[in-house]
Amino acid sequence: MIEFNDVSLVYPNGHQGLKDVNVTIEDGEFVVIVGLSGAGKSTFIRSINRLVTPTAGELKVGGDNILNYKSKGLRDLRTKVGMIFQSYNLVKRNSVFRNVLAGRLGHTGTVRSVFNFFSKEDKALAYESLKRVNIDEKIYSRADQLSGGQQQRVSIARVLTQKPDYILADEPVASLDPPTSHQVMKYLRRINKEDNITTIVNLHFIDMAMEYADRIIGMRSGEVVFDGPVSEVSEATFEEIYGRSIREDDLRGGAEDGEQHQ
Amino acid sequence: MANNINKPSLNDDRYAPLLSPWRAKAKVSLVFFIILFFLWYSSRTTGVDFGDLIMGFTNMGQIIDKLFPINMDVLAPAFDRLIETIHMAIIASTFSTIIVVPVSLLAANNITHNWFVYNTTRLIMNILRTIPDVVLAVIFVGIFGTGPIGGIVALFIFSLGILAKLISETVEAIDMQPIEAMRASGANTIQSISYGVMPQVAPQFTSFALYVFEINIRASVVIGLVGAGGIGQLLMSQFSFNNYGAVMTIILVIFIVVVIIEYISTKIREAII
Repeated sequence: MIEFNDVSLVYPNGHQGLKDVNVTIEDGEFVVIVGLSGAGKSTFIRSINRLVTPTAGELKVGGDNILNYKSKGLRDLRTKVGMIFQSYNLVKRNSVFRNVLAGRLGHTGTVRSVFNFFSKEDKALAYESLKRVNIDEKIYSRADQLSGGQQQRVSIARVLTQKPDYILADEPVASLDPPTSHQVMKYLRRINKEDNITTIVNLHFIDMAMEYADRIIGMRSGEVVFDGPVSEVSEATFEEIYGRSIREDDLRGGAEDGEQHQ
Repeated sequence: MANNINKPSLNDDRYAPLLSPWRAKAKVSLVFFIILFFLWYSSRTTGVDFGDLIMGFTNMGQIIDKLFPINMDVLAPAFDRLIETIHMAIIASTFSTIIVVPVSLLAANNITHNWFVYNTTRLIMNILRTIPDVVLAVIFVGIFGTGPIGGIVALFIFSLGILAKLISETVEAIDMQPIEAMRASGANTIQSISYGVMPQVAPQFTSFALYVFEINIRASVVIGLVGAGGIGQLLMSQFSFNNYGAVMTIILVIFIVVVIIEYISTKIREAII
């Protein structure tokens, strides 16, 4: 369970990233955060694994206030929270397999990892994760030889290898074309259901949020302006969240092509 | 009538723009005259003129005369000493390549966020780099006595300065996104460096290590002249005995080996990058 209690974050330059956020996310939920760029979606997500640190309030992950964590506690928290990025964040020169194994670093001792002594179980788990996102045939390819969609699947496999309790995805489809976007969202959704991993995804595409989310949280200038199940969401809700009428580029489209695309 | 020839063939109502604005032209002209002034001033104060240069050429003829016929007796010791030179370069390059790993990370502002550590490392490396290799050799031959040990230490410090600059700049240019991902998955600093930084700098790192090895071969010839071991020392002793035939043999041996090593090293570096 993730609990935001009156969480605020002011950046050193004075910009208010989060403002009195009160949100509770239950285990196993698939939550999509929507909002315009600069609305605080990224700050919200990055607070959960402390890539940024809120300046006020209380943020509990699994019952513990994570805002007091120092280096060791922070690393333990981060091994439990997997993260997926807009630009995949793979080591481009490394093989797909090495990239996926990097998901085990938090669970592996420093000396062992520096000399590449990963256990047999770790390697088997990494391979299993690659198979789950259907990219196992690329195991020894260099990451930069893969397409954007394939790279994002590798980064999902890396997160799976980490065996997290929570997955955070920060604009995972913003650099992808519509069919690939749907494919990536389907994998995230399937993993959420099969492994019961709480998943929080930042998106700015309305149609994708509606299609994949259980629950939608809307943000505007650092504040939560909407929080409710998808069934309560209509176009008017989005217009309220965005503070303007809906445009063509708020939609990703292309849902039907998603199935055939590999 | 003659004036007409110089007139542009364009019609008067058409405007031909200048190739570059007059301001830029003035700047370039000014720079040209400043350089001309310094050239004149430098040659005046050092007392250099073309007469001396021509005199020098006649001396050169005499030297070349003495260099031949080459003395093949020195060939065997020359090769022995050359191998010593190569050994010196290998030892110095290897140790500086190992030591430069932590040093270059401390001197990269994307890895070392501590302002004091970063600037201190930079400062020390900058100071090391300002000391010429021959001066280092004189210092360490003074400490360790004549022979290869002083030379190796001098080469080590010389190459550490070069490598630290080249590699820390490479580290500063890497893609930080994978490191962010590793940090976010609970990896510690050493793990992020060995999985995120090292693979990204490995090709340049290898290339720079080979480059420094090449430099060390050449530098070890020069520092041998001040008694730091290797073929340079042999060259100096033959020179002081006026044994010019042997000097020529040594020069030829150095030339051939340096060309071969540089060729191989360049090919390897091309293959890596």
